[in-house]
Amino acid sequence: MRFIEEKIVKLFMIGATALVFVFVASILYTIIARGLPALNWDMITKLPSGGFYIGKEGGVLNAIVGSLYIVGASTVLGLLISIPVVFYINVYLPKDSKLAYIARLSFDILFGIPSIVYGAFAFTIMIYLGLRTSLGGGIIVITLLIIPIFIRSMDEVARQLPRELLDATYSLGATRLETMGVVVRQIAPGIVTATLLSIGRAIGDAAGVMFTAGFSDSIPTSFSQPAATLPLSVFFQLSSPSADVQDRAYASALILTIIVLILSVVGRFVTQKFSKNKI
Amino acid sequence: MNKKFSNRIFKDKLASGVMLGLTTLSLLLVVGIGIGLYLKSQPILEQKTLWTLLSTTEWKPSNGEFGFLPFILGTLWITGLAIVMALSIALLTAIYLTEYSKSSVKRFVFPALDILAGLPSVVYGVWGTLFIVPWISETLAPHFVEYATGYSTLAGGIVLGVMILPLLISLFVEIFSVVPDDLRNATLSLGATPWQTIKLVVLRKSFSGILAAVVLAISRAFGETIAVLMVCGNLPVIPGSVFDSCYPIPALIANNYGEMLSVPLYDSALMLAAFFLFIVVLVFNAGSRIILHRIER
Repeated sequence: MRFIEEKIVKLFMIGATALVFVFVASILYTIIARGLPALNWDMITKLPSGGFYIGKEGGVLNAIVGSLYIVGASTVLGLLISIPVVFYINVYLPKDSKLAYIARLSFDILFGIPSIVYGAFAFTIMIYLGLRTSLGGGIIVITLLIIPIFIRSMDEVARQLPRELLDATYSLGATRLETMGVVVRQIAPGIVTATLLSIGRAIGDAAGVMFTAGFSDSIPTSFSQPAATLPLSVFFQLSSPSADVQDRAYASALILTIIVLILSVVGRFVTQKFSKNKI
Repeated sequence: MNKKFSNRIFKDKLASGVMLGLTTLSLLLVVGIGIGLYLKSQPILEQKTLWTLLSTTEWKPSNGEFGFLPFILGTLWITGLAIVMALSIALLTAIYLTEYSKSSVKRFVFPALDILAGLPSVVYGVWGTLFIVPWISETLAPHFVEYATGYSTLAGGIVLGVMILPLLISLFVEIFSVVPDDLRNATLSLGATPWQTIKLVVLRKSFSGILAAVVLAISRAFGETIAVLMVCGNLPVIPGSVFDSCYPIPALIANNYGEMLSVPLYDSALMLAAFFLFIVVLVFNAGSRIILHRIER
């Protein structure tokens, strides 16, 4: 009897695991099958012309460039803020520090806060300050959104750092600040994977930038102009009644998917490659 | 003490201060968001009691009627459906991965999960509209109801369920691998089958962790916006069945932010909705993270 149960349960488990693959395959197949026919060179090299959203000529270059601006700037800002924080939690604070525990817990909580809440919050602040939707606003919100990801995934690696390594640098006369060189080199693979993770989340976020970066058919030339982003571009094109425009939405979704897939593959490669020379 | 040395000490102290500042500032963000949203939702709370807002169903901002009940129920419905679906699949998969499968299987499953976790929610939305919605309206719904557009609570639940799968599976795998092997070996040596071991030892031992993971997944599902908004129909009525449309809270906020400034109290109502989301997610997250931190140790 219990052996039959064993067999049945195992069958269910294999079924469930297979189902995961079915979902992945179904999503990728759907996006590729509908996106590829509509994808052409114009899509990624041209700005939307007048009447683009009723089926006229053009592409989504505005959204691609807008996304790159926002993702690039917020990744740099995020790194600048989160590396010192991770360093502080792991080097300056003792291992059983209360502050470190509270900090980790808070970043976990921040990580869980939905981007729409960040967006709504930033929107009220922007209204309070009298600002309009702009590239700068989008960058700030996405930075806030990815800081917890940066910190938590770098911290995972930094926690494994042997304290003896730090003691060794101290014994050579280095101050805590000067061990940074050693620490950063040790957690380098962690920094790279954290960066790729954050880029993935940043480029895919729609709810946060909807409130703050707005949307525009041209490429922004200053921080105070609104900027388009790929996810929103997909969303707006899909809500058009015209079938041509909807096809373009699928093509834009395919572009977004390809970018994310490349990030995921590179991430896996980097983790494997770098984890070799770790202590 | 020469000058160069004291200079280095000074730099170290300065950096310490700056880093402490950065850390506290980013921690204050949690408090800041809470206070900001609370203050913005004050105007509507001064005019109406919280209970009226939560328990009425009329949503007519231009008449000053803000009943949140349909939105709350919409959110609960799709989250419930998503959790039921994702929990069963994730548990079975995680058990299979940790207890049964060879490492060759893992080499394929983990990258697949990475892809699922990395796909932007708008891509899930596109998949939902192209695949799940037609499947519901053409294949599934005709068995139960006469007519369905497919843009439904069920579609939202399925899409959301797939979205939280990778999170649940990776948390479960982590939780199961913390259970000491000695416990497994002890039951196995008493003649129990692997499944009996899992059922009676592993699952029981990791119960609190599973609970925490589920709560975490619920809070993730609560806030998901774009994908759900694209497939669930967005009608502000209480869904009568899973084939009816629903209108979850994040979709409400995202759909109306443009016009909210032109209607009195509208912005305040939407910020109140964002405040709800924030509080629920905050409480759920803090609770489950504290439990998970304890298990890790």
